Amino acid sequence: MAETGRNGTSRILEAKGMTKRFSGLVAVDNLDFYIPEGAIASIIGPNGAGKTTFFNCITGFYQIDDGEILFDGARINGRSPDQITRSGISRTFQNIRLFNNMSAIENVMVGQEPHLKSTWIGAILGLPFTREEDVMSEDRASELLRFVGLAGKGDMLSKNLSYGDQRRLEIARALANKPKLVLLDEPTAGMNPRETIETTDFIRRLRDELGITVVLIEHDMRVVMEISEHITVLDYGRKIAEGLPSEIQTNPDVIEAYLGRGAAASATASET
Amino acid sequence: MFKWKTDEFSWVDFTIDVLRVLIVLAVVVGAWNTLSSGRISLAQWVNLFAAGLSQGSIYALIALGYTLVYGILLMINFAHGEVFMAGAFTTVFFAEALNRTGFLNEQPLLAILLMIVFAGLVSMTVAILLERIAYRPLRGSPRLVPLITAIGASFFLQYTFRGLYGSGFKAYPGVKALQGAFSIGGINIPVAQVFVFCSALILMLCLYWLVERSRIGKAMRAVSENKEVARLMGIDIDWVIMFTFGVGGFLAGSAGVINGLFRPQGVNFYMGFIPGIKAFTAAVLGGIGNIPGAMLGGLFLGVIEAIGPNLVLAGLGIPGANQLKDVIAFTMLVLVLIFRPQGILGERLSEQKA
Amino acid sequence: MDILRSERSRIVVSLGLLSGAFILFAGAVGMIEAFHEREVVDKFISLGQLLMLLAPFAVGFVAASRMAHTDASALTLLVCGAGVGILTAIPTVILLLFNSEEFRFLLDLTLKLLPLAVASYFAWQRYRAGADPRLVAGAWLAIAVLIGIVTYSFALVFEIKGELRTVLVNINRDWVDVVTFDHRKELMTGILTLCLATVASGCVGAIFHLIPDAPRRALLYGLGVTFLVGAFGETVRLILQEHLDRDTLKEIFRRDTLRQNAALALFVVSTVTGFLWAMFGQNLRHGISTMEYSQRRVLNGIGMLLFVAILLSLPWLIGRTLSDVAVTIGIFVLMGLGLNIAIGLAGLLDLGYVTNYAVGAYILAVLTSIGPLGLLKGTFNFWTVIPVALLAAMTAGFIFAMPVLRMRGDYLAIATLGFGEIIGKLAISDWLKPLIGGAQGVQAIPKPVFLGAELKNPEQLYYIVLVACLVTLFVSIRLNNSRTGRQWMAIREDEDVATAMGIDTARAKLLAFTLSAATGGVAGAIFAAKVGTVFPNSFTVFISINVLSLIIVGGIASNPGIVVGAIVLIGMPELLREFSDFRFMMYGALLILMMIKRPQGFIPSKIVTHEVRQGVKLKPAAAE
Repeated sequence: MAETGRNGTSRILEAKGMTKRFSGLVAVDNLDFYIPEGAIASIIGPNGAGKTTFFNCITGFYQIDDGEILFDGARINGRSPDQITRSGISRTFQNIRLFNNMSAIENVMVGQEPHLKSTWIGAILGLPFTREEDVMSEDRASELLRFVGLAGKGDMLSKNLSYGDQRRLEIARALANKPKLVLLDEPTAGMNPRETIETTDFIRRLRDELGITVVLIEHDMRVVMEISEHITVLDYGRKIAEGLPSEIQTNPDVIEAYLGRGAAASATASET
Repeated sequence: MFKWKTDEFSWVDFTIDVLRVLIVLAVVVGAWNTLSSGRISLAQWVNLFAAGLSQGSIYALIALGYTLVYGILLMINFAHGEVFMAGAFTTVFFAEALNRTGFLNEQPLLAILLMIVFAGLVSMTVAILLERIAYRPLRGSPRLVPLITAIGASFFLQYTFRGLYGSGFKAYPGVKALQGAFSIGGINIPVAQVFVFCSALILMLCLYWLVERSRIGKAMRAVSENKEVARLMGIDIDWVIMFTFGVGGFLAGSAGVINGLFRPQGVNFYMGFIPGIKAFTAAVLGGIGNIPGAMLGGLFLGVIEAIGPNLVLAGLGIPGANQLKDVIAFTMLVLVLIFRPQGILGERLSEQKA
Repeated sequence: MDILRSERSRIVVSLGLLSGAFILFAGAVGMIEAFHEREVVDKFISLGQLLMLLAPFAVGFVAASRMAHTDASALTLLVCGAGVGILTAIPTVILLLFNSEEFRFLLDLTLKLLPLAVASYFAWQRYRAGADPRLVAGAWLAIAVLIGIVTYSFALVFEIKGELRTVLVNINRDWVDVVTFDHRKELMTGILTLCLATVASGCVGAIFHLIPDAPRRALLYGLGVTFLVGAFGETVRLILQEHLDRDTLKEIFRRDTLRQNAALALFVVSTVTGFLWAMFGQNLRHGISTMEYSQRRVLNGIGMLLFVAILLSLPWLIGRTLSDVAVTIGIFVLMGLGLNIAIGLAGLLDLGYVTNYAVGAYILAVLTSIGPLGLLKGTFNFWTVIPVALLAAMTAGFIFAMPVLRMRGDYLAIATLGFGEIIGKLAISDWLKPLIGGAQGVQAIPKPVFLGAELKNPEQLYYIVLVACLVTLFVSIRLNNSRTGRQWMAIREDEDVATAMGIDTARAKLLAFTLSAATGGVAGAIFAAKVGTVFPNSFTVFISINVLSLIIVGGIASNPGIVVGAIVLIGMPELLREFSDFRFMMYGALLILMMIKRPQGFIPSKIVTHEVRQGVKLKPAAAE
């Protein structure tokens, strides 16, 4: 799968000349970019490189000023965030943003939104279709909770979950959309090494078992180098490198701009 | 099937566009009818404009309080209208006493200055107490929480002052020196209006100096830019916020006296509610958080409120157009919030800070 | 020991001054005087006096319980109670002195010395902190002048105008009468009585802390019941009137006040009941909780049946006058349930709710009135207009909501407030006078007719309101537990993320506004039919604030809370007429208090448990 992606035959997400400006500051600068279908891709770059802005542009939180974004071959820039989500892109947030006063399972059920069809009138009248859908939605939500390892915690308020559980719940909520592409914003931030390893394995399972393309923003170079099949390096809103982990590790521009010699050395060391 | 929204089209945008067209149409047709009928002479227009400016300068003074507080805390101090009322209502007794001694008519300027300071200090006290008791415990909570508190405070203050001073209207004594009118080229402009405008202008200049030039003003601006950094620089945030409420209160109280002196119906406990909302409108009009904006917004709103009914509503054939002054003001409020929530002068505060 | 003592004295001083300030405030705004009109127990105590004594009692108790951990002796506690009591009296005593002929000079003196004292205090503080003496002098002068302007002005006002009541209208003879326990003539005796009374109740409060738990709760219960029945004597009499003969009633009440014997009997009975409950209630509750599931269900069923029976027979239980109040409360419950869809479920602070109420009322008025403004005289009746009013209010809600959907929460609140004001001004204007009658409004609205009988009594209208409330309750519960409800919750929690989940927030918000408006419209229509005339003064911002307050006080998004909130906030001012002048003061205070005590206030009343519902299915999976 990864090979076809590298040949460019099947690009699930593609950006051409994407530009986003904030009054004077160019946060994303004329970016050409693609994600091969079925890959685990990473976006890395020093702080303030425009990584989260990039996510926000793809998901429609920001409207881009120039260029276009294609998802599955269709243009998605100009659409509102809810429409983009409905077309099959899910995301998580850098600083966890769950619906705090809703239970874990309700959070996941909200995530299923694009696939639900029942209406308010059906809910008031208690139509059979609405009830069935509700039951199915509940079942699917608890299945997802089990998949991410939160079985039995579904009725807890999400703000009462532990930090790691909250991260997991956010991913479960993103998966509820049955996405083709999921964007994870620093999924291992604040985790201890054991949790990080679990999360890494989990991300692999997402791709291998569910066939979802995964894009991560990540600071932990071990994680990035270990699981990514495709890495894009941003600096000051521009792409400075792109390719396989091994290519990135040896790319002089990247080492110069971002990794620094020590870090590069240690990353290489951990690989071998 | 009915499509609620597609890539290119959304019903919300459509409604807003229709609204925009309707408003422009109403204004153009109304104004055209009025102007072509020539019902109102140039002198009358000038008079309306002057009356609007003087009313507007009072809105501007109150609006400054909203803007100062919003600039620093990003909260709508809904009870600010009541701070205005507190000063105006309390000073009535002082004005009566000064009138009884004859001082008011012997030394009108000095007496009014005293009254302004007195009312300013009373309102300042109310504003500071309000901040200390009701708002301080709520810092950093979601936006709607302080707003609901402020609504509660607004009604609490209204009915407290009703309990203290009674529910009736009380009129300020007349000041002889302020009666009469200047006559310029056949147009009579009441002295009172000129006085209101000038005193408001002086107060606003004082505020501008305070914020732009003084040390505490610098601290205020620093706190409004970034509280954490300001704290690290050794600025006492609590004190600066209290001071901001105090200054806003002082301006509102002085506006109360200036307004009270020319309110034929007198002052009472409910006098602050409507001007409060209008002043908020003025603050949003000028871009909330923006001090010159609040001044201009106030003047603009005053003028629109004076001219609007006669120009637009009367032109559309609506009877009793002047009854609908408040409708014009509140329509302005809603329209600004819909079409230009960042205000005419644009918002200095970026959304990220909010 | 020293630290302990200082901690104790700090507790006593802060609590004492708090209750003192409360009593002074209550007196100055006229609360004590107004409540004095109502006697709780005949020729024994009035509500005003009760209010005055309740404050030191409460803080005496609180002070004692706060000191419990310092293992203070009973005597110390008693002294603290007394201290709290005397501090409670002091502010009022000072005002009494200022108000009296002989000691008025004290007021003058205080006002003139105050600026010097305060300035000197601050200057001394700065000086001790090591500030530059010239700066200290400057600060002294500035503070003295600033405060001086205020106090000297007040001194001038009182010098010229004479008595305090020329400014503070409620500091008058009646107030003096109440706070001195009718010793206006001998001021010193009066002050002494006041101090003794507050000290006594402060001590009683402290003693209450010493009593063991069970009898204390029983006593509190007894006192509470007695005073509540006494305060709402009129209401209780109206209810009893339906079920007792005149002579028995006369034994219990002298006009609307509880007789002393009856009060005593009530106190004894309720205390004993309270005691029994405190002793054995635990066992009973324990017994119920250990019962078999099926038994408990039977018990619940009986409870439900009883509740429904009371709900259905309420008008006959409470009589006509109170049924009228019940209808008013019901209309507000209905509006509360409706507004709760916007505020509680979807987190949209709608301050213009009165708009929908007005639309419903005016639609019903114009369509059914048999007066000059009626459009269709007689062709439409109440039942056919209700759906029209509902649709009209929905349409109005829809139209008003459309342009504000994109707004931020606080701007949305202000914009809806603006809509409310615009509608109010338009209703009273000359422009719409030919249509809706201007300030006079629309008159001669016929009562609803049901199966040929005119429903002209509040007892009958009660059922219409009840049905409307139940329908709304049903709808809002169903919606809350549905996909729509979860969309609203998500929007309330975090609108950006809700959008990122694929929710079309504009559409969901529009639905919340529209449904909430529909309920308001029905409430308005029922109100119009109840009153028979509709005029603009019934539709002010105060209605919106009323509904908002009852939702927030009852607990946002909690349906039982709305009912309780409506009974307390709407029913109390209706039943205690003395109270109605202070209702908005109370609402304001309650809103502030609720927001400070529950900062994240927007918590749903209960969490629907999804996993438990399908627990059996899940268990093996969880065990894996």
